[in-house]
Amino acid sequence: MDKHRLPHGRGSVWNRARQQAVFGLLSLIAAVCFAQPPDNVKLTMAPVQGNVYVLMGDGGNITVQVGKDGVMLVDTGFAPLAPKAMAEIRKLSDGPIRWIVNTHVHNDHTGGNAEMAKLGMTHESIGPPRIVAQSNVLNRMTTPPSGNQPKIPEAAWPNDEYFMPTKDFFFNGEAVVVYHVPAAHTDGDSLVFFRRSDVLSTGDVFTPGSYPIIDLARGGSVQGEIDALNRIIDITVPAKYQEGGTMVIPGHGRLCDEADVVEYRSMLTVIRDRFRDMIHKGMTLEQIKAAKPTLDYDAQYGATTGFWTTDMFIDAVYKSLSEKK
Amino acid sequence: MSLPVFAQVDFTGEWAPLYHEDGPERLPGPELGDYTELPINAAARMAGDTYDADRISVVPEYQCRPHGGDYSMRGLGNLRIWRDIDQASEKLIAIHTHMLAWDSERTIWMDGRPHPPDYAPHTWQGFSTGVWDGNMLTITTTHLKTNYMRRNGIPRSDKAVFTEHWTRHGDYLTVVTVIEDPVYLTEPLVRSDNWYVDPGQNIGIFGCEYAPEVPRPEGTVPNHLPGQNSFLHEFANWYGLPYEATRGGAETLYPEYRKKIANEYHPPDHCERYCKCTNLIDCNLNAK
Repeated sequence: MDKHRLPHGRGSVWNRARQQAVFGLLSLIAAVCFAQPPDNVKLTMAPVQGNVYVLMGDGGNITVQVGKDGVMLVDTGFAPLAPKAMAEIRKLSDGPIRWIVNTHVHNDHTGGNAEMAKLGMTHESIGPPRIVAQSNVLNRMTTPPSGNQPKIPEAAWPNDEYFMPTKDFFFNGEAVVVYHVPAAHTDGDSLVFFRRSDVLSTGDVFTPGSYPIIDLARGGSVQGEIDALNRIIDITVPAKYQEGGTMVIPGHGRLCDEADVVEYRSMLTVIRDRFRDMIHKGMTLEQIKAAKPTLDYDAQYGATTGFWTTDMFIDAVYKSLSEKK
Repeated sequence: MSLPVFAQVDFTGEWAPLYHEDGPERLPGPELGDYTELPINAAARMAGDTYDADRISVVPEYQCRPHGGDYSMRGLGNLRIWRDIDQASEKLIAIHTHMLAWDSERTIWMDGRPHPPDYAPHTWQGFSTGVWDGNMLTITTTHLKTNYMRRNGIPRSDKAVFTEHWTRHGDYLTVVTVIEDPVYLTEPLVRSDNWYVDPGQNIGIFGCEYAPEVPRPEGTVPNHLPGQNSFLHEFANWYGLPYEATRGGAETLYPEYRKKIANEYHPPDHCERYCKCTNLIDCNLNAK
């Protein structure tokens, strides 16, 4: 097990069990969706703003930017859905895919890398697309898998990783700025800002339909998640009366703007404040759960079934905030 | 009826609000901890109890937030209504409203178009479609952003849908709003508001610029920790109400509840708070 698997170094049996549960359940996203024949999955392409579109369906949202230079994607969804996703992209552009940015490592966002890179080649291609990701994404994808997990093919690996706080390039007539937000959903999260189109793609740092998935096993943390949400709010600028302006494409779920992110950030900040107080008072996890510290938000963001339940969220918040600094 | 039809009643023109209902909630504003007349659940109650009104000054992104479409008709300021008529068919395409508060504008589509898909953005005013029921205009609004149900921290979620019924009686407009919110309500919340024709009015520019007003650590979101909000009993104490009656919930909406608390209701000997409150100017806190 590499150091990233237990990033906080408190390797008790209890902690390992919880981390493995989260790890396993996150992998379950793929299993659940793979169980569906791709033909049964409905993908919807929606215009966002400027050159930018979003492809929504099973798996993570795929941001699509098109123009005279070709096609750029933010995330690639699940591998089995790649041909279907590509067919939707081809309705917008027959140009080559030249850039792919992975917002993080999970396979509902990176699973289609290899297939999309292959399908996106045209006679205009000068080679496979650049696949950009923060260096921790590459580290995790190239780490030999444990157990029965399949090896991730090399064609799916990022080939243009970055390790500085930002990376930028110019494509289809606009600046594209990639921001690393550390230790948030994972330790390799990126936000992708299309500066002329005024669209920000956030990956799973922002998922308005559910509590944030704090993937502790892959270096996520509550405070990092809050910092990342505040970074989104710094980057976005609303139009009149806190509406519109910069549009936000979340990792999963509907199109949003800054006001939606503000609401989400406030939710997580309030929950953090409550947990800090209860942990400071010496309350155990069981006592905290009994106090129902997320009751006011559970019907909006919580779940009792599925791969990320309210109970798991509470476990993650407690563990993340209990770590010795 | 979902087909476009001719307008039965003309609502166009300038309207001024009447404030004879639901004071002091509408003006000068709701008391902290006053959840009366709201069929809320425990989640909404907890949100209200932990809300800190500093949020709307300390957090710049909250400073210029407008009312939601469901709250607008309770808001302050005048109202203008106009309509789009298709010149070829003379059919009513849309009714528009503009209100002083935050320059809020709504479009009520009357041409039978569907509501947007689930993935579409949500807005403060939401997406509205209207149909005629005789001379009554019935409007359905979806795709709202999360906002407040009452301006003391009781929230209304972005999953809420509200229905309005507009009726005109001469120079008066009555708007009945029914909010259904699966997140925070156990029953629909029904409210009514009235307006009168005021053709000579001018609606000014509202204007709002957000800016940091208070030094604070970045990302601060003021809130009261559960069980530590010392203001929650004030409302009950001021008005002589049993505390439980101020906590809202469906039971407290019905006449039978008055009998239940009759022995615990001890109104003050004389009015001490918002005793004279008929418009924005004369709403005095401690008038005798």
